[in-house]
Amino acid sequence: MTSPDTLIHLEHVSAGYGHDTVVHDVTLDIDAGTFAGIVGPSGAGKTTLLKVLLSTLRPQHGTVTRSPALRVAYVPQLETVDWNFPVTVGECVLMGRTERHLGAPSDRHTRSAWRPWPWPSSAERAAAAELLGRLGISDLTDRHIRELSGGQQQRMFLARALVRQPQVLLLDEPTSGVDVNTRHDVLHLLADLHDEGVAIVLTTHDLNGMAAHLPHLICINRHVVAVGTPEQVITPAVLEETFGAQLEVLQHLGMPVVVDIARLGA
Amino acid sequence: MIETLLEPLGFAFFQKGLLVATLSGALLGFIGVYIVLRGMSYIGHGLSHAIFGGYAATQLFAAQFYVLGAGLWGIASAIAITTVARRSRIGADAAIGVVTTASFALGVALFSKFGSSGPAFDQALFGSILGITNSQIMWLVAVCALTGLIVFFRYRALLFTTFDPDVAAASGVKVARIEALLMVMLSLSILVTLTIIGVTLVAAMLVIPAVIARMLTDSFGRMLAISTVTGSACGLAGMYLSYYAGVPSGTMIVLVGAVVFLVVLGISGVRGRRRAAGLDQHSDPRPRVAA
Repeated sequence: MTSPDTLIHLEHVSAGYGHDTVVHDVTLDIDAGTFAGIVGPSGAGKTTLLKVLLSTLRPQHGTVTRSPALRVAYVPQLETVDWNFPVTVGECVLMGRTERHLGAPSDRHTRSAWRPWPWPSSAERAAAAELLGRLGISDLTDRHIRELSGGQQQRMFLARALVRQPQVLLLDEPTSGVDVNTRHDVLHLLADLHDEGVAIVLTTHDLNGMAAHLPHLICINRHVVAVGTPEQVITPAVLEETFGAQLEVLQHLGMPVVVDIARLGA
Repeated sequence: MIETLLEPLGFAFFQKGLLVATLSGALLGFIGVYIVLRGMSYIGHGLSHAIFGGYAATQLFAAQFYVLGAGLWGIASAIAITTVARRSRIGADAAIGVVTTASFALGVALFSKFGSSGPAFDQALFGSILGITNSQIMWLVAVCALTGLIVFFRYRALLFTTFDPDVAAASGVKVARIEALLMVMLSLSILVTLTIIGVTLVAAMLVIPAVIARMLTDSFGRMLAISTVTGSACGLAGMYLSYYAGVPSGTMIVLVGAVVFLVVLGISGVRGRRRAAGLDQHSDPRPRVAA
């Protein structure tokens, strides 16, 4: 551990599937104040890196250290689940409370003793209702998950993650497949959560809509290309190494805006 | 009407048969929800055939231990299937096809070679209400209780693993352990219902009540309840019809299930068909790996 605040520490990690190594030699710290975006093209290893952080993928080389009893929550890409599966929004959110003893000792919702039976306790129902209200989808609790729009499905997954009272929230492409308003809302919500002390790491390939608004970026293309603020890493040189394409960077209202010259010319 | 229902109850064998058929239907309907939603219907089908091999082998060498022998065989087959499907490059369907039909063929070969291809053979294939022993009833009741308890205490972990194994694993659920637990429950359920429903028909009773329930609800909890009730009702009605029609019990139970399915398909209309349409989308039981 490099610092007592460090929640997850990756040391020279390489990871992949079978004999293929997708990401090489990643050294990375996630601490309580982290609000970072992992940026890179498709196939760059963004999801692989997330799986290492989640500990669902064992690294091929290097070490992963987590602070003890760390509570991690994960919001997957929308297309990874079967939306025809028979669960209501309420049932889905409560899945986040499968391992129920993990609540923070200070929190009144999660502190209630572990109860083995299937139905939710009144405290769990209250916690779920509060989150759905905060995310603006409380009227959808008894709906089937397929009846939701993409933005509402994303909010439901966020509620399922947050009902775990996580210290670290990991999100895989949280704004792909959702409209501009939802993207805006998700960004604001994540900023609020960050202010409340939740460490946040997300993947994105959306430079202008997402990455430029985050305080910290990790650019990867099978290895870490650059790390820093958007001003530091959204530069033509870094972007060319990350995306393998020549991209122009303009300044607009104090923020970098990436323009694909090749595509503009076409 | 009342007499029609009461008359066969005068026979001890029918009382036992009715109890066993109702419990079997409930058990298979209950566990079938998980099997159908995971796209594992084919595993249920294969496993029942695999268990037949173990059943045949133990019938010959130590008939009184057939539950133990066939049970171990079934669990071994289940583990073999999941291991082959997960580790190697052979598709799960092919793995099931090889492992279980070979085991079934071995069972048929053992039965025909060593002569006991009489009632025991037909009973194992198509189910029978004759000759149900008290120990069979005890086994069935024990497996029902065990399955109920396991699902009661691991309800959310089973649901989460069935819906989204990747996120379940990321959320601290021991996915591999839960999946193994499910395979053991499935093997035991097939084993104890084998003689009443029959090897060739068990898979139908895993699938039919679950599909009927899926057409009627969008809630997982309600689907579990409806499927269990439907399964037990099919068992009960099928047993009476089997008595009056003189047809093997498993056959009649499955036919009743098929009729209920058609009726529900009719009354649930477009909505029911749409709900059931997605059930075969995940026919691959291997964990999804997104690169």
